[in-house]
Parts: sequence; structure tokens; C-alpha cells
Amino acid sequence: MLRNLSIGLILLIIFAPLGLLAAGTAYGEWAPDELKDRIGFVPHGLEKLSDLWHAPMQDYNILNAPSFKSAGYILSAVIGVILSGSFLYFIGKKATKH
Amino acid sequence: MIPIWYYAGQKLTTELKSKQVPLLALSAAFSFVIMMFNVPVPGGSSGHAIGGGIIAIVIGSWAAIIAISVTLVLQAMIFGDGGITAIATNCFNMGVVVPFVAYYAYRFISGNSKITSSTRVIAAAIAGWISLTMAALCAGFELGIQPILEHTADGVPLYMPYTWSVTVPAMVLEHAFAFSILEALITAIIFAYIQRTDTSVFYREKSEAEINRTEIMNGVTI
Repeated sequence: MLRNLSIGLILLIIFAPLGLLAAGTAYGEWAPDELKDRIGFVPHGLEKLSDLWHAPMQDYNILNAPSFKSAGYILSAVIGVILSGSFLYFIGKKATKH
Repeated sequence: MIPIWYYAGQKLTTELKSKQVPLLALSAAFSFVIMMFNVPVPGGSSGHAIGGGIIAIVIGSWAAIIAISVTLVLQAMIFGDGGITAIATNCFNMGVVVPFVAYYAYRFISGNSKITSSTRVIAAAIAGWISLTMAALCAGFELGIQPILEHTADGVPLYMPYTWSVTVPAMVLEHAFAFSILEALITAIIFAYIQRTDTSVFYREKSEAEINRTEIMNGVTI
């Protein structure tokens, strides 16, 4: 069963670029300039906080070229799966040790 | 969120069985990928499923909190998705509300039905739908309370400009009619697959060997 579920996961990763077809930003997750387009100004607090953190692989766009957007998205999924999966595996192993 | 994470960690050490460890890892990975499937809705917005319902039904709600939270933290810190300052809120809505609502909705609808029955598949689907819609309702409230709490002296919002009357319907409707339906489908499909393969994988369901063992211990002859 684990094998089949893993195959399912790999298929999901391959088809992940379908998620790029949705152009809109999730409700309430607008970037400062998107909010400016909506209401005419960037709220002051948001403007200050938006510089708090810069993600190394912003928007899953890791190859940084428009023509490789899908490949970058798939690669992001692979990185995400490896990081989250191995982290949880480590936590799980530790939790079941006793 | 910190006390909830701490308690969930404690629960993990007492509840998790070693055969569930790969499923725990797979749950987080699955949740990460399923959240990348953005679905467009009319009005220019988009959203996604979580997978939290089926995760809770399989590994339990406390383990689901850990799996989904790790996923959300990774998304925010490495891929700039969801936002650093929103991590705790997102973990609460998607990591706590979704698995708990889903698990108890599933148990409630399932009642005393057999684990192999089709009632269970329907229960899983409804649990998926309700859980994501409830999380959206929470998010709508949290977004809408912002302009009331955080504004300048003359009333200009510091962060979120829209109040409840806008945020709650926006969040609930787009989920109820789109993303939650996807969540329901995912929950039902994976549930049906595991149900046909090995029901002992489900949280708090025993394998046949374990059932036989307890019956023997209770003096029941088979």
C-alpha cells in the first residue's frame, strides 16, 4: 500500500504545474502592490512587515526563467516532499523510540 | 500555537506506532503537494485543498497537526507562500481546525457502521468538505477582525482593509463551492483505496490479528 500511495504522490508531483494555471492570488494573500491595485494604497503596517523575510525560493519559481516555470514548480514539489517527508520521518522515528 | 504543538508532540510519543512513521512522512509530503494545486474561482481568486481530513482519519488529529504545520512552515519560509507572520494562524486553521473537525465529523457520521462499509466513504467525503469550509470560516473571521483591531488613529487600516462582511462570505463561499468539494473528493478517494487495501492502517482501527488476539484474551473461542 505504501508503494501505491507513493506512486500516487509522484503522479501528483508530475501534474503539479496544473496548479500554475490558476492565475489569481489566494484571498487575503495579496502582495503589497496587488493590494494597491485593489484599494489604491499600501497599508502602512503591511508595507513595514513585507520586508521582514525574503524566501530563498519565492513563489516556487526556482529556475527563475519564464520558460522553465513548470519545471521549477515540479522541482519545488520534489524539494518540499523531500524536506517535509524526511523531517516527519525523523520526528516519527524519535517519537516511537520509547 | 506553541502549547498546541507541544501537546501534539507529547501525544505523538504516546500514540504513534512505528508502522505509522512512513505514513506520517507521506502525509506531510502529500499535504505539501496537494496545496500546490491552485484552483481558480470566478472573481480572480484561487485556492487549494489541504488533505488534512484524510490525514487525520489515517494518523489521527494530533499527528496531523504536526504534519500539516511542518508543511506550512516550510512553504512560508522557503517558498514565500502563506507568509511568515501568518504561520501561527495558518497552522491553526489548516493544521488544527481541519483535522479535528474532519475526524469528529467522520466518526459522528460513521456511527457504528463497519469500517468496510460505503457509509464510511461518504462520511470521509462529508468530513473533508465540512473541515475545509470550517477552516475557511475561521480564516474569514481572522481576516475580517484585522481592520477593526489594527488601524491608524484616523481609521486607515494598517494591514487588511476588508472587514467581516466581505471576508467571511468571500472565504466561505469560494471554499464551500470549490476547494472544499475538491477536498471531499480527495478524502473519499484515498479513504476508499485504504479501506479496500488494509483497514488496520486507519487511526484506532485494529488489524484482524489484533482483534483475534483480544478475543482470545477475553476467552472467546473462534
